[in-house]
Amino acid sequence: MAVVHVTRPGLLTTVQDRGRWGFQAFGVSVAGPMDRVSHRIANALAGNPADAATIEITLVGPELVFEDERLVGVAGAEYEMTLDGQPVPPTGAFVVRPGATLRFGRRVHSARAYLAVSGGFDTPPVLGSRATHLPSALGGLGGRALLAGDRLPCGAPMKRPPDAARARALRDASLGAVPEGAVTLRVLPGPQSDRFTDDALEALQSAPYRIAPSSNRMGFRLDGPLLTHTRGADVISDATPLGALQVPASGQPILLMADRQTSGGYPKLATVITADIGLAGQLGPGDTIGFAVCSRGEALTALIGQERRLMAVEAALR
Amino acid sequence: MSAFRIVEAGDSAIVVEFEERIDPAVNARVVAVAGRLRAEPVTGVRDVVPTYRSVAVYFDPLRTSYDALVDRLEREASAPVARARPELEVIRIPVCYGGEFGPDLSEVAAFGGITESSVVDLHAGRTYLVFMLGFAPGMAYMGVVDSRIAAPRRETPRVRVPRGSVGIAGSQTGVYPAETPGGWQIIGRTPLKPFDLSRPDPFLMKPGNRVSFFAIDRREFEQLERSWQPVVS
Repeated sequence: MAVVHVTRPGLLTTVQDRGRWGFQAFGVSVAGPMDRVSHRIANALAGNPADAATIEITLVGPELVFEDERLVGVAGAEYEMTLDGQPVPPTGAFVVRPGATLRFGRRVHSARAYLAVSGGFDTPPVLGSRATHLPSALGGLGGRALLAGDRLPCGAPMKRPPDAARARALRDASLGAVPEGAVTLRVLPGPQSDRFTDDALEALQSAPYRIAPSSNRMGFRLDGPLLTHTRGADVISDATPLGALQVPASGQPILLMADRQTSGGYPKLATVITADIGLAGQLGPGDTIGFAVCSRGEALTALIGQERRLMAVEAALR
Repeated sequence: MSAFRIVEAGDSAIVVEFEERIDPAVNARVVAVAGRLRAEPVTGVRDVVPTYRSVAVYFDPLRTSYDALVDRLEREASAPVARARPELEVIRIPVCYGGEFGPDLSEVAAFGGITESSVVDLHAGRTYLVFMLGFAPGMAYMGVVDSRIAAPRRETPRVRVPRGSVGIAGSQTGVYPAETPGGWQIIGRTPLKPFDLSRPDPFLMKPGNRVSFFAIDRREFEQLERSWQPVVS
């Protein structure tokens, strides 16, 4: 089986697919990409189905050497990239020849890029998923971030990969900008907004929150307007959805991200809608997030619109 | 029939909450509802997660009829729970208490004003219910611990708690399934693995299971640890 050699790993590069669903009842976290939209576009650009595994690249990118010819798709954050020393566009699709070296250089825009190869990365599935969950060391390559010297196995590529030039054009034309530095995320109140003062949702929307340095794939610690509990900061442990804003005794919320635990004991004021949560994945420490309450109808409309755009890209590349 | 309410948790999760207390009767309803939802899944549902007093249902909003899901949850939550029948099977977990494996045994004894061997007798002297799993794969939250040994979490969590460590945190007890940071009072260690991907069923304990502990000595611990190494085929 062909492999991609990792000659430089980057800061935090992990194998991700859509996540390890179905085992949260047993304490197994979902994991998956921080920006699910860019992950999916990378797969489409490489001619893969949406459930193929990509690598998630964080802040400092890797250097990779390809063993065989592959179509490569890159989406999300933009880095200066060179292929055998020649610059390639930061996002889009391109063909790599056997022995080619792809080097990620300076980061230009946003936090996380997704790189897909035609055929997908074929690390051994664990409980039905290849997603890397760092805290429990499951999935990906040995449950950890990539290291220099790693060999990433690749699946069999599709017979007729998408045309690289068309893929690049489509990507640029069809999808909105990936956010940089600041973003507004829509939330639905709950599941425990009744454990906060009446003005807590107003406070949440009153000014942006800054992402603290101790943030990671599990969650973003946020600094901003204080959120006040009415009945203390402890609840009987319950499930912790992606995008939930849990609030410990400090009154400063934690936005729960891909590697979150399956349960937690802090009240959750509001939850970021599915269409917006990937935007948060393009932020890092020091960046800011504003929150805006929306309705269930708006959340669904936004998700349907996003799905239509993604499906149009996938269909055009087929 | 007990009270419940249905709460939205964003646009792709919904939670059925029963009474707000840690109680085997409440938890039995949780486990029953989760079991029925797993047995007859609703289209678009990705995961069903029972906890102490609630069941979270994760779904794909693009593939799930929200109203039908709410109807189903209301029906399941208000259905009577099958008569509580004590499960015959109890998962029995061997524990080497104290010493190097149980660095907090003396602290738990001091908490209760009892001897270390009384702590062991009390911990191993009853059957516990698995209320839920969380924190890490295979980590079961079990209760209810005798009040004399229900010592609170350590003020400063340990950076590394070894796999198999048996701990107490207030009225809960549990077994660390992997080496992780942790704040529970560690009173012993088991050679059993609560989470082992080499087994056909990787999870030793599930919500609703009943569990008891029994004391073994260091030599038995080492023998068991050797004999339970997964067979390499």
